[in-house]
Amino acid sequence: MSITVYVPRDASALSLGAEAVAEAISAEAKQCGADVHIVRNGSRGLYWLEPMVEVETPAGRYAYGPVQLEDVSALFEADFLHAGKHALGLGPTEDIAYLKSQQRLTFARTGIVDPRSLDDYRAHDGYRGLEAALRMSSADIVNVVTDAGLRGRGGAAFPAGIKWKTCLDANADQKYIVCNADEGDSGTYADRMIMEGDPFVLIEGMTIAGLAVGATHGYIYLRVEYPHAQRSLEAAIAAAETEGYLGDDVRGSGKAFHLEVRMAAGAYICGEETSLLESLEGKRGQVRFKPPLPAIQGLFGKPTVINNVVTLASVPIVLDKGAAFYRDFGMGKSRGTLPIQLAGNLKRPGLVERAFGVTLRELIEGYADGTASGRPVRAIQVGGPLGAYIPISQLDTPIDYEAFIAIGGMLGHGGIVVFDDSVDMAAQARYAMEFCAIESCGKCTPCRIGSVRGVEVIDRMVAGDAAERERNEVLLRDLCQTMLCGSLCALGGMAPFPVLSALDHFHEDFSGAAEKAAT
Amino acid sequence: MKRAPNITLLPDIPEDVRAAVLDVTTRLKDLPGALLPVLHGIQQALGYVPEISVPLIARELNLSRADVHGVISFYHFFRSKAPGRRVIYVCRAESCQAMGAVTLEKHIKQRLGVDFHQTTTDGAYSLEPVYCLGNCACSPAIMVDDELKGRLTPERFDAWLAAEKG
Repeated sequence: MSITVYVPRDASALSLGAEAVAEAISAEAKQCGADVHIVRNGSRGLYWLEPMVEVETPAGRYAYGPVQLEDVSALFEADFLHAGKHALGLGPTEDIAYLKSQQRLTFARTGIVDPRSLDDYRAHDGYRGLEAALRMSSADIVNVVTDAGLRGRGGAAFPAGIKWKTCLDANADQKYIVCNADEGDSGTYADRMIMEGDPFVLIEGMTIAGLAVGATHGYIYLRVEYPHAQRSLEAAIAAAETEGYLGDDVRGSGKAFHLEVRMAAGAYICGEETSLLESLEGKRGQVRFKPPLPAIQGLFGKPTVINNVVTLASVPIVLDKGAAFYRDFGMGKSRGTLPIQLAGNLKRPGLVERAFGVTLRELIEGYADGTASGRPVRAIQVGGPLGAYIPISQLDTPIDYEAFIAIGGMLGHGGIVVFDDSVDMAAQARYAMEFCAIESCGKCTPCRIGSVRGVEVIDRMVAGDAAERERNEVLLRDLCQTMLCGSLCALGGMAPFPVLSALDHFHEDFSGAAEKAAT
Repeated sequence: MKRAPNITLLPDIPEDVRAAVLDVTTRLKDLPGALLPVLHGIQQALGYVPEISVPLIARELNLSRADVHGVISFYHFFRSKAPGRRVIYVCRAESCQAMGAVTLEKHIKQRLGVDFHQTTTDGAYSLEPVYCLGNCACSPAIMVDDELKGRLTPERFDAWLAAEKG
């Protein structure tokens, strides 16, 4: 009987040499006459162990990692095909503490299934949400999503059910479902992992959304930096079409749902929903005024549900297991689970899906086990380039939308980037303004001009003496206020968060070069 | 007085460019919001979207030249000039910064002898900044064409470059 070996095709695993490992295993197996079947799965999200190779045994899957090309022959010598002992052996995959303590709902299948196989998806509870939805009325589907308390996972945390209800109630001959897969925040990769490792769950979620609001066409707006996800999605869409899960008559229901992938072109602003819609229409990605809301007048002027990948990928389990099941996870107004992405300077970076309420400390000191450099943690940026820099005094903040607002930050898409004590926070503040200047769509003045002036003011603060620094700090805080209150969207409206938090918590880094020399 | 025929005069463009543009527009121009897919198609075929092709794209999609130019210039990914044989995208975003991306960026620029948005004199490599490749758990990262590389150090970059040059 053939032995199944899993070698991830996840982009990050590939970036560490997984392709060469897969080829070597295949070649070595052929040479020693072993009957090996290689499955190219997604990643389990234990990235410090990638490329992580797993082997299927009667007692479950055994993991080895990180496996490099030169380790492959030694693995064969150690008989890893029968879970033999080797220095890279990690034991049964499910028993790895990092994984065992997680609550994987949205990521239930990622890293486990073959992302190219619809059969494998169905064998792991796939398409049960859609089967449930097909037995329900549109209004009932929307009610379940509302009752589950699912909020937009892209960053804005707006209740998905309310968005869907608005779109359902709008009258139109055509409606659209748009998936925002323009995952541009540094420190985030959950969308990518799902699209590469479990693409059918996103397709299922979008199909359910289509049934819920009466939309017959969906678009996945995918960032051009994700060519691996593009291939995975296109293969999955083709398979779903062949088996009648997409098309004019979804599973014989008489209802149509078509889906296509559209590639973005490297503009961060197109992660903002109205700018994304402009881009899908073939225009410059400039932000629209709201109202009208996209749910009423969105893509091509038609009612449109636009949600992030993780939001839509969480819908199938909500429909399958019910609103109460999902709502029972979490705290306060943050219900369900959040796939948290640990990144930056960490010993064990990776994906941790947990119910809301887990603290930053548990994530950084527990899961990630501190910094990769071994130096003390100094600053933590949560929520991407527009998120606040958090000092270690706030490590006990729970992962909860409201708790982060209370400390002047935001959870965003759940990305956490950790810096050690070698970080220069004035340089990070300057970068935040520089990034805003590069990526501003140019429509509103506070963002377009403010960000450029922000860079200049920070430069003057750092170069000048104490008096110059004080004068410019007043100016910088005033500028931040203007951007916060006067920008059209979150780019200009939140770029001041990292700047102000750096000023508030790491003021000493802004001392002028002259002063630093004097002390 | 004889009236001018009611067509837009197009500048002469190289035959390969014309053929590539028409091949893409014929396939894609009826898509709703066709401009981005069309530009991707042309860039895939030619490596860039030549400025001289703008009037032809505009005519085929029934847009103004300003519309087409505006879109090409808005998006970082579209290029109006031919790139080097390979394009190296270096991530400048926070997660990579936390793992030494600033040093890596300096090293790569020095090694190739170019700044961002430039191409090496032998036409081998173009260097572009990118703001996140989604490889943040394996920082710092670069992408060469569509080949992603993680946990990159200056030494590993040099080793890759040496292997490339054979």
